[in-house]
Amino acid sequence: MVNITINGKPMQAEEGTTILSAASAAKMPVPSLCYLKDINEIGACRVCVVEIKGVSRLVTACNNVVQEGMEILTNSPRVREARRTNVELILSQHNSSCTSCVRGGNCSLQRIANDLGIYASEYKKDIPKRQWPIEFPLIRDASRCIKCMRCVQICDKVQDLHIWDIVKTGSRATVGVTHNLQITQSDCAICGQCLTHCPTGALRERDDTLQLLSMQGAFADPDKVTIVQVAPAVRSAWAEELGLDREEATPGRLVAALKALGFDYVFDTDFGADLTIMEEGSEFLERMRHREDYTFPMFTSCCPGWVRFLKSQYPEMIGQLSTAKSPHQMQGAVTKTYLAEKFGLDPDQVYNVSVMPCIAKKKEAEIPNINDSGHGRDVDLVLTTREIARMIRADHLDVKHLSEEEFDDPFGVSSGAGVIFGATGGVMEAALRSCYYLVTGKNAYPDAFYMVRGEEGIKEANIDINGITVRAAVVSGLGNARKLMERLKNKEVEYDFVEVMACPGGCVGGGGQPIHDGAEMAKERGENLYFLDRKNKLRFSHENPKIKQIYEEYLGEPLSERSHHLLHTDHFGWKMPKEESR
Amino acid sequence: MIDTKSEAQTTVEGLYRELERRIIASPPGICPVDLALVFLRMCHAQTCGKCVPCRIGLGQLGTLLEQVLDGEGKMEDLTLIEKTARTIMDTADCAIGYTAAEMVIKGLEGFRDDYEEHIRHGKCLASLKQPVPCVALCPAKVDIPGYIALVAEQRYQDAVRLIRKDNPFPTACAFVCEHPCEARCRRNMVDTSVNIRGLKLAAVDNAGKVPAPACAPSTGKRIAIIGGGPSGLSAAYYLQLMGHQTTVYEMHRHLGGMLFYGIPSYRLPRKRLAEDIDVILSTGVEVKLDTPVGDKEGQVSMNTLRENYDAVYISIGAHIDKKVGLEGEDAKGVISAVEMLGTLADGGKMDFTGKKVAVIGGGNVAMDVTRSAIRLGAQTVTVVYRRRQADMTALAEEVQSAVAEGAQILELHAPVRIQTNEQNQVTALVAQPKLIGLIGKDGRPKPSRSKREEVCLPCDVVIVAVGQGIETNYFEEEGIKIKHGVIAAENWSAVEDAKGVFAGGDCVTGPATVIRAIAAGKVAAANIDSYLGYNHVISTDVSIPAPRVKDYFPCGRINVRERDAAERKKDFEQVECSLTWEEIHQESGRCLRCDHFGFGVLKGGRETKW
Repeated sequence: MVNITINGKPMQAEEGTTILSAASAAKMPVPSLCYLKDINEIGACRVCVVEIKGVSRLVTACNNVVQEGMEILTNSPRVREARRTNVELILSQHNSSCTSCVRGGNCSLQRIANDLGIYASEYKKDIPKRQWPIEFPLIRDASRCIKCMRCVQICDKVQDLHIWDIVKTGSRATVGVTHNLQITQSDCAICGQCLTHCPTGALRERDDTLQLLSMQGAFADPDKVTIVQVAPAVRSAWAEELGLDREEATPGRLVAALKALGFDYVFDTDFGADLTIMEEGSEFLERMRHREDYTFPMFTSCCPGWVRFLKSQYPEMIGQLSTAKSPHQMQGAVTKTYLAEKFGLDPDQVYNVSVMPCIAKKKEAEIPNINDSGHGRDVDLVLTTREIARMIRADHLDVKHLSEEEFDDPFGVSSGAGVIFGATGGVMEAALRSCYYLVTGKNAYPDAFYMVRGEEGIKEANIDINGITVRAAVVSGLGNARKLMERLKNKEVEYDFVEVMACPGGCVGGGGQPIHDGAEMAKERGENLYFLDRKNKLRFSHENPKIKQIYEEYLGEPLSERSHHLLHTDHFGWKMPKEESR
Repeated sequence: MIDTKSEAQTTVEGLYRELERRIIASPPGICPVDLALVFLRMCHAQTCGKCVPCRIGLGQLGTLLEQVLDGEGKMEDLTLIEKTARTIMDTADCAIGYTAAEMVIKGLEGFRDDYEEHIRHGKCLASLKQPVPCVALCPAKVDIPGYIALVAEQRYQDAVRLIRKDNPFPTACAFVCEHPCEARCRRNMVDTSVNIRGLKLAAVDNAGKVPAPACAPSTGKRIAIIGGGPSGLSAAYYLQLMGHQTTVYEMHRHLGGMLFYGIPSYRLPRKRLAEDIDVILSTGVEVKLDTPVGDKEGQVSMNTLRENYDAVYISIGAHIDKKVGLEGEDAKGVISAVEMLGTLADGGKMDFTGKKVAVIGGGNVAMDVTRSAIRLGAQTVTVVYRRRQADMTALAEEVQSAVAEGAQILELHAPVRIQTNEQNQVTALVAQPKLIGLIGKDGRPKPSRSKREEVCLPCDVVIVAVGQGIETNYFEEEGIKIKHGVIAAENWSAVEDAKGVFAGGDCVTGPATVIRAIAAGKVAAANIDSYLGYNHVISTDVSIPAPRVKDYFPCGRINVRERDAAERKKDFEQVECSLTWEEIHQESGRCLRCDHFGFGVLKGGRETKW
């Protein structure tokens, strides 16, 4: 422990503690902007400066540690002036049209500027120009970038994909795509982690809400049947910015809100997840039965960020991806075929919308060879959790007081196995629950495979099914994925089945989820999904009566010809930018 | 009435000095177009305003460059820039204008790619790859701020361990490294560069014995290394740590290469060099001394090595002396620097008592033989150099030390012949006075012939120190490609068209510095490892102390003290004195910790493994 004073108050702090942490602990917090704990401690914005007695220049609190006898002033006149001036300087290069910014009201720069009471500045505005391919699902608005470098660091340190870098030097130094590439030419997985860690509106998703809402949109077309499906992880986060607490933000209220927005049918992607388990689980068992014909491990394919990562970084392993489509793409395909037929709808008038915690899904739905219904795109539109929350806000829906409603039949019925898809380990656990049944003919205890749960980035488990050991690994975060892939390549490890989710914590921590600067929400949201699993009467995908029904009425059995046609895809059928030049 | 300097003028002159230092400390990797623009702007401020090209033209050039930088330029603008600059060069009345324009023209030629990238893609080719200037400029990429921080905390053993991650010769380098790291030290912006080499000396002087880290499990792979100098031994050290078995074939009786045979013991005491070599050998390196590579008896052939080892690393250095080509060069009393230093290193006796010695050359080796000759009792030692003393390639401090010990420098004199007596014994060196002349592309002025008459410098001994060459004949016969007198290796050290054969150090670069040879050994180790199908990682667990929050007031640099010149010139004992704690404390505290402050922190400040 070292003895320090903060604003004259003597106290002790642990050796090695940053001034920022010490001040926080002393309830005299120092404002910060670029700082992101453990990820970005670079002292770039110079907002967290403090004065230290005996040191002539001001010092950043975020990345300097306390020393014995240090006398720290967090709000001296010099500190106040410097902090304010630096924020004014940042603002001089920031497009402060907050009224038309997607992060207006949820922007750290806006908050700090307001907190400091900066209502006017003497500096001339010098705002960088925007230049970006706006058709890409991830959009960078240079006019709002404050060069905090968090995006660079997240992509380097957490995702290990190095899409962002500092380009140019001197006064023109800014953030850009590595190697001076266009984003469309890069290996970007579109995981969106840079976006959810951006303190301002410089990074955002391509907003597609007008595809529904405008006069040319689907809602305005009387012939269109608008069908929405909601991904598992969305229910864990959708109301975070709508003023509802966890208990109020039930899936039933989400259904009610979506109905109120005008969707004709509200389905649950958890059904698609159950369907995925039937196909992917059967595919895995098939591969296990004919081990010699396949290279192991088999990788899950439901995360499009991961699929993009694998295709660009380890193209030699594309064949090891499960051919099963992701849940929403499966559901999109059967909605325009089976369901349309069953409901007597014109499939060409069905407009499928997916609400996803993800922006890579926007790109996934655009893959040409993913569409198998024969009626345009299987999923017509992908909206993120944030976009749907914005639509709810736009309509001023008082969701808190809406009566809960059930998902529509038949794709509204789903198991607890489907809902945990949204958390890391969930796909693996759901698959194991059903694989166990498919091999042994009886169910395991539903929570038998708990060992694949939890926040760790790389988890391993050996699961015994009727004397056969399944060597499983579960990974979340692309940095962890790269670690695992390198171990596999170096033959340090061997697995049969590997689940990978691009975002740390899985889809609950997805790039399309609500943003809370400085807070990682994946754990809390994931717990919510496990709670929903526990209280669901159905715990196994194969026991979902509507799953049984679709196989009986339409698909036949898992891996049948029709299943193959509608529910599986060819990952070689499209290319990542650098694959094309290979 | 004579004016005194105004306060403004005094201040401006101070600022000029600061700017000079700042340019010295300019970090590598800056956009050259951006720099060209700011230089141009400064030149424009120097314009008196009398003439059109300078007053208006430089301004217009600035506007055009700015457009390029802002991504608003067109390819045609380059032609306009060129035309404008050429006109200013041709028509400006004084040097303020035409040299400014010439800088722009040079830039258009020298970094046209950068201009074009800005215009075509609105991007810049420049990037700050290694943001810590000293590390960026160290060929071996030693973690300099890291070990300085450790030295400051008296964690000398950790400092040595940290250095060894990238350089297994901490002690040798503490004595003789040419310290390219100091050239752009950011401390230059405050006062002057940190004495980095001196702090390394502090580390090795105080660390005591520091054992090598444990080697990785054996891979069973065997690598032959030809030449036990800094490059070969560095490669051997890292390959051993990676679990491979190396055998060093050394033609001399001692290991160390030029560190042993080329550097006099007063600069690098033999027992201090042995500290490094002992640790390197402790990793299990096999050594075959007195074993040259060749086809004769007692030699080992390239074929044998290539057959019996999984890879071969050629690091034979540059050990043959170059001749000046003077009449009388074969006379008795004429010796080459390589021969002289080699003889002394092997324990041979030489006595120059009462003799007059002339040294031909101006590099570090010339200084080494000069100072050795003084120690051997020479009556006078005169260095004959065709350019000016300031143009010598030897480190300035080496020249100063030699002069302090009594060496005389006869600058601007080119040796023309050696006079002999009937016994073919040297009697004098005749030299032609030179006039310093036009500055060449390398930035050094060329000496031209003066009309003054030849001078005759009576002497008994002439030592020729005009550079070394590489013994390539045998390797060429064995099918190893030679280009321009050096072994033709790729920049990742593989020899062209010779599978499994790698080369590095002086035999690839030509005579260079010890730290470049070490770096080459490190690169070779990594690439041989990868060639053998491995991906071993070299790292260390040494943790670097967080910087202390404090002021960095301008403060003089502490240089390493030398023993009194009158005393030290009598023996071959170590010249430099160890730093005292007060010196270490003050000098290590001058380090600005660029690993933590500035761009360094963004990229983690350091590479913890390679």
